[in-house]
Amino acid sequence: MLKFLIQRSLQNVLLLWVVSMIGFAVLYLAPGGPLAQFALVPGMSQEQLLKIAEQMGLNRPIHEQYWEWFTRLASGDWGHSYRDGQPVLWIIGSHLLATLELMGTSSIIAVIVGVWVGVLGAIKRYSLFDYLATIGAMIALSIPTFWFGLITIYVFSVKLGILPPGNMYTIGNGSFWDYVHHLIAPSLVLGLVTVALWSRYMRSSMLDVINQDYIRTARAKGVPERQVLTRHAMRNALLPMITVAGLQLPTLLSGALVTETIFTWPGMGRLFLDSLSYRDYPVVMGILVLSAVLVLIGNLLADILYAVADPRIRMN
Amino acid sequence: MNEISLKDLTVPRGLGLMSRRGFLSMSAAIGAAALIGVDKGQAANAAPKGQVVIGFSQEPVNFHPLMLAIEVDQGVHWNLFSPLWGVDDKGNFTPQLAAEVPTVENGGISADGLNWKIKLREGVKWHDGAPFSADDVKFSLDLLNNKDFKANRRAGHELVRDITVVSPTEITWRMEKVYAPYVSILAWTFIVPKHILEKETDVNSSNFAANPVGTGAFKWSERVPGDHITLKANPEFFGDGPYVETIVFKYIPDMTVLYTQFQTGDIDYIGLQGISPDHYEEASKLADRVVVPVALPFIENIALNLGKPVFQDKAVREALYYAMDKQAIIDAIYYGLPRPTESYLPYEASAFNPDLPKQVYDIEKAKKILDDAGWTPGADGIREKGGVRLAFVNSTTAGNHVREQAQQLLQQSWKEIGAEMTIQNFPPAVMWGDNWMQSKFDSAMVGIGFMIGPDADTTDYFHSKSINAKGGNGQNTCQYENPEVDKLLGEAADTVDQAKRNAIYKKQQEIVRADLPYLPIFQYAMVEGTKKGLEGYKPNVNTQTNTWNVNEWKWTS
Repeated sequence: MLKFLIQRSLQNVLLLWVVSMIGFAVLYLAPGGPLAQFALVPGMSQEQLLKIAEQMGLNRPIHEQYWEWFTRLASGDWGHSYRDGQPVLWIIGSHLLATLELMGTSSIIAVIVGVWVGVLGAIKRYSLFDYLATIGAMIALSIPTFWFGLITIYVFSVKLGILPPGNMYTIGNGSFWDYVHHLIAPSLVLGLVTVALWSRYMRSSMLDVINQDYIRTARAKGVPERQVLTRHAMRNALLPMITVAGLQLPTLLSGALVTETIFTWPGMGRLFLDSLSYRDYPVVMGILVLSAVLVLIGNLLADILYAVADPRIRMN
Repeated sequence: MNEISLKDLTVPRGLGLMSRRGFLSMSAAIGAAALIGVDKGQAANAAPKGQVVIGFSQEPVNFHPLMLAIEVDQGVHWNLFSPLWGVDDKGNFTPQLAAEVPTVENGGISADGLNWKIKLREGVKWHDGAPFSADDVKFSLDLLNNKDFKANRRAGHELVRDITVVSPTEITWRMEKVYAPYVSILAWTFIVPKHILEKETDVNSSNFAANPVGTGAFKWSERVPGDHITLKANPEFFGDGPYVETIVFKYIPDMTVLYTQFQTGDIDYIGLQGISPDHYEEASKLADRVVVPVALPFIENIALNLGKPVFQDKAVREALYYAMDKQAIIDAIYYGLPRPTESYLPYEASAFNPDLPKQVYDIEKAKKILDDAGWTPGADGIREKGGVRLAFVNSTTAGNHVREQAQQLLQQSWKEIGAEMTIQNFPPAVMWGDNWMQSKFDSAMVGIGFMIGPDADTTDYFHSKSINAKGGNGQNTCQYENPEVDKLLGEAADTVDQAKRNAIYKKQQEIVRADLPYLPIFQYAMVEGTKKGLEGYKPNVNTQTNTWNVNEWKWTS
């Protein structure tokens, strides 16, 4: 186990380095730059912009810029934003909680509802419920989130006036219930897609399991049906879900671009979008590295949990 | 649902970037009597109360008012900081940190325009309680001229010499040469506290911006990055107000969502780009909301890069202008809100020339001009002359659906006269980067505010020394060169008499209208919305932002 961990960690560090290099290259080679937004400020001169580019080190060759960024990162300095001059980690930190709140809630909804719908659909295969769940999942997966979000706001906020039209809390209020009230619409909109996803995975995994010999054996032994399903079938059917959960982990922190924009949610998704459109390289790179780390950790965790949960798998 | 774009940076960015907001009736420039601002002593204020939420579609992030910043940042600066004097909605300069606006009459400016003497207001305090003095003014001007400082604007300040602090309430300096627009520039220049900033070893440090201290009507309270900024009333403010206790600048990136939140009452005022034209009719029927279109100083143009062979022939520029159906663009795409124009200056500017020849939409005339100039149709129907095809690319900020429709309309009419226009749009960081500044584009659809604050000096856009692509400095990205215009611009900057300056600028507009480096389409109008009961809001075309007088805003119901 320890050997496996060390091996994987080393691989991951190498992978991370490659990812950061590719990300940096793509970002810097894309046309435009962080100073374009200032190019048309009244009275701005080309000379002055060049001087600023020089101060910021933007005029140096890309490999030099990368090396400086990388060595700083290695020593724990993530740099400063080009937009407001604040430290990258502080900026990421100030958006992280908002995303965690939204994604956490919607994921919990997704896992609970998704697993339940999936299991029920598998047990009552080809029943009316199963058909409805299948059709519902297909619809949920194909509706564009921005459209669904705007419709939700239109119906529940503009027409009915029962939910706020976005924002994380009322400025000046910010009580617990105020947060909950604001959380309902975006987490449901976001959860809808994930519910569909989870229910589909769960259904097929469950179907796989209930046709196995050991389930038939359990039933033949006279184990009560309820126990067969919960203790024998579901436990085994949930195993592949560990992988799904591992893959979902990074999205918990990287946020949802569309939903956060529509619902004016100050999370990571919007930070990424804003930073990208302003060519705020240090912040974009910071988010990129963080996401890469989370993907790798998610995978690693899934592998470890898998080994713990499934005695058939041993790490060698 | 084409108005739903994930992030419509477009009209906003295009405009925001180009803005030189300000078209003042020149009556109050140098030489006119200075108006006296409303002083606290005249009307004792009731305790400030209530909260105003201002919705912005861009996020303000730069809070050092002298450092690189864009329009949206200035919306916050006006509330935290004060200039020596400001400029009101009528175009009058109003004393802020200065006790009076210097003029030749009151002795503040010497008759030759070179020596300035500013008397400062007494008893003004910074938000941290420290007294404001002439040292702060000197520090601010010196900082702007510090070569290592990422200054937002140096033009004008570079000419200031020998700044002398005579007493805590008096400062003098000498100008290297007469520069008439400088009064206007100072009306946009905020004074920063010496006692805090002098401690910074790095002039570009972001510490101050994280916790700014000013002399404005509101004090810094809180910033939640990506979401909002909260300011609290400054009870010691030297001027009128403030009447509201809290102002919140709320960042709502999507224009449709911004409007929705105005509809539901979550925001009290739509700032910056206002309500999009397609929502105007619906918005004006909302209960308990006040929705008014107001003129903006931006002019929508087709900028032609005269460095490209195809546009060097004046006949081509004229023909394209004749073949432009302005009214169709305005009515069909902009809901009839903006006003067609022939000048680069807004109608409200005192230097505006109302007698410029009116463009008419005339395809036959356009064809004839091209025929006469020797542009003959080739095999594919596109005209040619001397190996140059009448074909070019038109670009603007990608994702701006409104502009894209206007581009398609132009593409069709120009096709009729045998000109081939290809549409190729870019994200803002690409479009307005080297592509624009180094004149690499063919033609661009762009909204520009050409004035320096309330001043009609357009050296930056029309002088031949302002072409970056030819080693110059400025924003003459059309690469327009006309020795006569150069001469007129020089003359006007040296002229202190406002009437004479206006005459020169009117002449300049005639020449530019004839040369057509830009094909002017219309002057922008913006639809602004406030919640009923919020009083005191005044549109001001002389500032870059509509949140210039929040100190006067109050709730009456």
